[in-house]
Amino acid sequence: MMEPLLDVEDLWVRFPTRQGVFDAVRGVSFTLGRERLGIVGESGSGKSMTGRAILRLIRPPGMVEAKQISLGGVNLMDKTEKEMRAVRGQRISMVMQDPKFSLNPVMTIGDQIIEAYRQHNRASKADAYAKALEMLEAVSIRDPDRVMRAYPHEMSGGMGQRIMIAMMLIPNPEILIADEPTSALDVSVQRQVLDIMDKLVKDRGMGLIFISHDLNLVADFCDRVLIMYAGRIVEICEADKLSEAKHPYTRGLLNSLPRLDAPRDHLEVLQRDPAWSEAPSVSGRL
Amino acid sequence: MTSANHEGGARQRASLPLWVTASIKTLGSIAVTMLGLVFITFIIGRVMPIDPVLAIVGERASQSTYDAVYYQLGLDKPVIVQFGYYVWDVMRGDFGMSLLNARPVAEDIARVFPATLELATLGVCFGIVLGVPLGVVAAVRKGSWIDQLARVVALVGYSMPIFWLGLMGLLVFYGILGWVGGPGRVGIFYEDVVPSVTGMILVDSILDRNWTVLKDAFSHIVLPASLLGYYSLAYISRMTRSFMLEQMSAEYITTARVKGMSEWDVVWKHAFRNIRVQLITVIALSYAGLLEGSVLTEIIFSWPGIGSYITTALLSADMNAVLGGTVVVGLIFILLNIFSDLLYKVFDPRAR
Amino acid sequence: MAEQTLRQWLLTDTPTSRRHAKLSALYQGWLSFRGNTMAMIGLWILVALVAIAAAAPLISPHDPFVQDLGNRLAPLGTDGHILGTDSLGRDILSRLIYGSRITLYIVALVALIAPIAGLLVGTVSGYVGGWVDVVLMRITDIFLAFPRLVLALAFVAALGAGIENAVLAISLTAWPPYARIARAETLTIRSADYISAIQLQGAGAMRIITRHIWPLCISSLIVRVTLDMAGIILAAAGLGFLGLGAQPPSPEWGAMISEGRRFILDHWWVATMPGLAIFTVSLAFNLLGDGLRDVLDPKGGE
Repeated sequence: MMEPLLDVEDLWVRFPTRQGVFDAVRGVSFTLGRERLGIVGESGSGKSMTGRAILRLIRPPGMVEAKQISLGGVNLMDKTEKEMRAVRGQRISMVMQDPKFSLNPVMTIGDQIIEAYRQHNRASKADAYAKALEMLEAVSIRDPDRVMRAYPHEMSGGMGQRIMIAMMLIPNPEILIADEPTSALDVSVQRQVLDIMDKLVKDRGMGLIFISHDLNLVADFCDRVLIMYAGRIVEICEADKLSEAKHPYTRGLLNSLPRLDAPRDHLEVLQRDPAWSEAPSVSGRL
Repeated sequence: MTSANHEGGARQRASLPLWVTASIKTLGSIAVTMLGLVFITFIIGRVMPIDPVLAIVGERASQSTYDAVYYQLGLDKPVIVQFGYYVWDVMRGDFGMSLLNARPVAEDIARVFPATLELATLGVCFGIVLGVPLGVVAAVRKGSWIDQLARVVALVGYSMPIFWLGLMGLLVFYGILGWVGGPGRVGIFYEDVVPSVTGMILVDSILDRNWTVLKDAFSHIVLPASLLGYYSLAYISRMTRSFMLEQMSAEYITTARVKGMSEWDVVWKHAFRNIRVQLITVIALSYAGLLEGSVLTEIIFSWPGIGSYITTALLSADMNAVLGGTVVVGLIFILLNIFSDLLYKVFDPRAR
Repeated sequence: MAEQTLRQWLLTDTPTSRRHAKLSALYQGWLSFRGNTMAMIGLWILVALVAIAAAAPLISPHDPFVQDLGNRLAPLGTDGHILGTDSLGRDILSRLIYGSRITLYIVALVALIAPIAGLLVGTVSGYVGGWVDVVLMRITDIFLAFPRLVLALAFVAALGAGIENAVLAISLTAWPPYARIARAETLTIRSADYISAIQLQGAGAMRIITRHIWPLCISSLIVRVTLDMAGIILAAAGLGFLGLGAQPPSPEWGAMISEGRRFILDHWWVATMPGLAIFTVSLAFNLLGDGLRDVLDPKGGE
């Protein structure tokens, strides 16, 4: 792989609590090229925090530390908050879990998409409107004119998530972080939303960080998978070689899933080893 | 119809195909509430240890005069019929005659009400202008000195007797510093100088282009209005803060940040937009609260409004005036609630 | 067990009996309450208030009713009258001390009457449901539609001025919010599985309401009552100020302000001191209420 889009080295996310400092992410390193990188882990494993830390969205009292988070050779950790705002949306964007909560309930969808576009592009209202329509069509929304005037609560979950994707891709970023983008959706529309996202990311030559708790989905959809446990990366696999994974946690996850091609009478219960969370993080840098 | 009602009620009522039945239901419940309010005042009037006939005819009237008035007032009829008469009178805006000055109570109330309205409106304006930004900043910078300040402001506001604070204000700003005018709406030299059009002296003096009176009236109203404003500031800032805290932790705020928006825009264009609806209710409630707070304030500042009117009537056992004033203030309360309900539907797309 | 201290016994994770669990929960609540400095300040002020009220005859330097027209309107710091004297030469400090009894009396009565009335209405309304609910809640709404002070004024006008009537009037205006809270709690509890279980065991409505629903409503009501205390004190003082509460020569704080009002520009302390007393006590109740809310009802806080 050539020059990576994003290079994260030794990322820590810390939260001070009454019982002392809690490390949500502990020394995570990885690179992202023009690829689909999956981050898998259970809740509390630090996968979402990793995504948010890249955008420097962790609010005080939470703290982010890293040797570097470099985007195209520039370290984001050195940027001021104002400079970061030029990165957010325009260069790195993020789609969150549930469109019911991630869209502003009292603004029309049109206003929210136009706002995302005009944040980074000098454009007249009419141009921005046309651009937003085009983007809605790109995420296969029929009747985009009507949707532009609608409010989020009038949309279904699948439509909401497609709108979210449109909104996040309209400034044409290089990297999209998708944080459990399909977990809140009906199974029937999950695939459709993924396909749309996949196509757009591929067509635009973007890098995608796909955060999920669903190992099968990630294995299916991504090129490379990072497995996180207790704030660390425990294993890195090519997605198609996931069945050859060695780490007991990954193996445990795989074995606890039912499989159509190899049915079993008993699914294994994941046995945790405290040593997993002690072992140093595996580097995902290439 | 009351504040706590909208949380669940408004959204269900809004389901569009049923909007006709919903409106009828709403109107019905408004009517029942109003009727109940009139009923309570009616009962209070019945319980009052004042003989309404004696109050009219006087102690020395003959038995025949007494009886004549007794029948004229309908006191021989069953209570329910009397209540019917009372409701009918109230609906026509007839609250009877004041026993003190033998003028229709409704006329008196219409005369004194603008003074209260002027005071409370100016007060609530103070409260909004200062309280909303204070609450927003306190929420955004949670734990900062501004947040602490907002907390102290609210605590003191909730704990201080308004009439005492009024006295202290009068002592300091009028008695010692001489910065503001004393009790009353204008100095005695300016009384009845400008023609009364709206009954609100600030407006009237502007209409008359009499700047001297305007200045004097302002120097009189500024202290009581800021006092009332302080109380509404305490309430509004506290509520704004808790609404904003709730919104700032919502996921769409992260979305706005991901878009690359500045924190100012995130706060005002996104979070604040979502609390406008709730704020309207709070402001309506605080406005209603000020009408109430003005009762005690008006007495301290000899302000000739409805608060002074009710209290004076009360102390001189002028029953019709007390009940009339109570009904009017109660109805305004209900109207403010209905008004905030309506605005709710205008501003919240989910409630339409 | 023998070497276990009381503290350890209270902080255990494995209570051995129901009473043990209850005491343990109470103790842990107290610990977190004690960590709240402001709430503790409020608590101490109120403890002091109760002590002062109880010991009024012992600690007040003068008889609060004895007039001394030769020494009227004495300023602060006068020999023998630290807070000065009022227009009839009565010692202000002594009147304040005796006034604390009236304040406590009013607050205690209202805090008993209003929440209990509200609890009754709210639980019955929530549990029985149907038209009973509609009627009771409509009545509650009607009372809520009135501005409280104006309604209290009208009630006092009907009942006649006096301290008992002031208490009654304030209670009549104070119960609706409690009814709302109790109803909301009842509605959530009513549909709980364990209530169905008790019903299956044959418990009647009476038993369910008194034994299972009331105890669960108590904590949110206590918080609300404490937060309302300040409002009750202010309302009582307001009525006193208007001459509709306690009658002269009773040393009620609001009435004292009213007396001092005439001299506000020349003899400011006469009205200022009772106001400070009212402020201190209602501030204490507000601080205590905030603290209690954090302990008893964490979700209700911010």
